[in-house]
Amino acid sequence: MTTIDAPVRTSSLTFAKAINQALRDAMTENDDVLVFGEDVGTLGGVFRITDGLTRDFGEDRCFDTPLAESGIVGFAIGLCYNGFRPVVEMQFDAFAYPAFEQIASHVAKMHNRTAGNVTLPMVIRVPYAGGIGGVEHHCDSSEGYYAHTPGLKVYTPATPQDAYWMLREAIADPDPVIFMEPKVLYWSKADVDTETPSAPVGQAAVRRPGKEVTLVAYGPSLPVSLKAAEAAAEEGYDVEVVDLRSIVPLDDKSVMESVRRTGRCVVVSEAQGFAGVAGELASRIAERCFHSLAAPVLRVSGLPLPYPAPMLEHTYLPGVDRILDAIDRLQWDDEPFVGDNRG
Amino acid sequence: MQTTVHDPAIEDLLPSARPVQLIDPTGAEVTQTGTRRPYVMPDADRLQDVWRHMVIGRRFDLQATALTKQGRLAVYPSSRGQEACQVAAVRALTERDWMFPTYRESMALVSRGIDPVEVLTLLRGSAHCGYEPMTHRTAAQCTPLATQLVHAAGTAYGLKRRGEDSVALGFIGDGATSEGDFHEALNFAAVFDAPAIFFVQNNKYAISVPLAKQTKAPSLAYKGIGYGVASEQVDGNDPAAVLAVMDAALEHCRSGKGPFLVEAHTYRMDAHTNADDATRYRSGDEVCAWLDRDPIARLEAYLRSRGLLNDDQANAVRQEAEALASDLRDRMNADPVVDPMSLFDNVFQSATPQVEDARAMVVRELQAADEVTR
Ligand SMILES: Cc1ncc(C[n+]2csc(CCOP(=O)(O)OP(=O)(O)O)c2C)c(N)n1
Repeated sequence: MTTIDAPVRTSSLTFAKAINQALRDAMTENDDVLVFGEDVGTLGGVFRITDGLTRDFGEDRCFDTPLAESGIVGFAIGLCYNGFRPVVEMQFDAFAYPAFEQIASHVAKMHNRTAGNVTLPMVIRVPYAGGIGGVEHHCDSSEGYYAHTPGLKVYTPATPQDAYWMLREAIADPDPVIFMEPKVLYWSKADVDTETPSAPVGQAAVRRPGKEVTLVAYGPSLPVSLKAAEAAAEEGYDVEVVDLRSIVPLDDKSVMESVRRTGRCVVVSEAQGFAGVAGELASRIAERCFHSLAAPVLRVSGLPLPYPAPMLEHTYLPGVDRILDAIDRLQWDDEPFVGDNRG
Repeated sequence: MQTTVHDPAIEDLLPSARPVQLIDPTGAEVTQTGTRRPYVMPDADRLQDVWRHMVIGRRFDLQATALTKQGRLAVYPSSRGQEACQVAAVRALTERDWMFPTYRESMALVSRGIDPVEVLTLLRGSAHCGYEPMTHRTAAQCTPLATQLVHAAGTAYGLKRRGEDSVALGFIGDGATSEGDFHEALNFAAVFDAPAIFFVQNNKYAISVPLAKQTKAPSLAYKGIGYGVASEQVDGNDPAAVLAVMDAALEHCRSGKGPFLVEAHTYRMDAHTNADDATRYRSGDEVCAWLDRDPIARLEAYLRSRGLLNDDQANAVRQEAEALASDLRDRMNADPVVDPMSLFDNVFQSATPQVEDARAMVVRELQAADEVTR
């Protein structure tokens, strides 16, 4: 696990701009990188992520497609047969479902089906999750569907620096990557070093060191977990926050290291908890860290309901209070925890 | 557009070479030549009814746009300029017919007789659907594009199976005709001879993407042919022509001839939604040119020239529209009370243990919060 160092050559960028910059740099370096999807051309995408790419690289490199997600993803697969590296945009999480057939049946399985002869170096960008007051079908946490489908890599950056570098890595990767962008973070701003790569994908990062509890978070759940950790500190708990950065590959080794040190763990995810990524983490931790745990691994997640109308999303979303409540429930009255005695 | 096809079976399906028009933009009646089916000018009372609902619809639309600026709606997709489609298509239906709207059909829902506040519930953000679909025979507004058309096809087939003389009308935009579901819906409806009307509002843009980049088809109406669906294209800013074409489509469906596709040529005067910047992809000149084809002004000119509308009548309708707008404003300006427990009400008809656990947790949270405030 790496604690990401302060970047050397930096400029302050929003998360959205960092993705735009990553696309630009990848397109500049490699003519085979093509960006396409709905409204990504003249408009620059509904979130302006592809702003100016058509102007600067031409319509051959960044273009609008007909309005058909299955078509967009299938077309990208076809382009891969010619050695192109498509980066496609699904306009919103729930609007990627028409493409799910192509993603689950072909993007995920092509390499395996063809005995390794066909590679699909493509990236499917999915603006996802809620917290933006969007009407229905604009706020789904769909990472679980992708993570459950063998053959797909699933990245979910939570900082502008990661947005930049993880997208660069996704584009360079010979395997298909589902690049999940937490919409609520698009407007967050931080320094981005575009010259020195940050930790490679597949490594989790400690965003806040602590000794008593590990909060495992990713994507949209990172900021709320950091806030909860601050609030917990005021109540006397020393909380460590680990950002997974990618779900596939999963750096559970780093998570285990942290949990073995702290002895307590809460997994935070915005997706509903049942049969999801958080449950997967909780059971892996239970399997591997049983003797180090002073309490069961708890999950704080979205409610097991369809994402609600905007006026009720604050009740739906896992917030600071729910995380603090989970920390409180970690059996603090028991025997003081002595650490991992297996060395 | 000319066609060289001479197979009678195919010719039965073909749309007219040019969009059907009964009233030109100046309000003058157009003599019918070259249309594939006979279209007659609808009766005066129906035209007056459509004019009234268009005036009300536009006022409603402007009010909804204003409410968005005041932060009362999360988002609003305006249909200003598309009144002829939204209103005439719906007014041609009977109460027994079904309707499958998208997010843009607010005006159509109002002209169907649904309470404007209920129409705006989705966009206000207090619930997903504010009206009762079953009583209004009107499905919840659909956001994932083209998906509602497959439901319309299924409903239409169900109506036929039940021996009902009713039709299902599904709305769709030009862009969404590229989605797979549009094609699957047409094919299903055709294969099962389902009485479904697919009404394409070709408003020239799918968010920023112009029709020319959406399709190479010379007319979206031609998309019916390959599936064996009879098709027609109509001037979507001519309320009389939309009524007449809808009459023909309804007659076609009711007489058991299967589905019908209508392409209505119109224009979206406002941006895609209030969140969209239309200046990025279209010129002001283009927008201005469409002002001359205003459907309300056009029908008004026609009605006045025939003595079917005078100042008193027009003023009465405009006052009615103002009253609706002011009532809407008042009711939308009251903060809606949304019970957090309603979250759990309709996930399943009989809740699962997981939903019950979540409900119990939120109850505990609300009680705790209540104690803190007390
Ligand atoms: C399956 C799906 N993909 C993408 C979207 C996002 N989206 C919402 S409206 C829209 C444009 C639709 O254009 P059109 O069909 O022409 O209808 P209009 O809005 O112009 O009435 C898009 C791309 C969506 N709602 N559903």
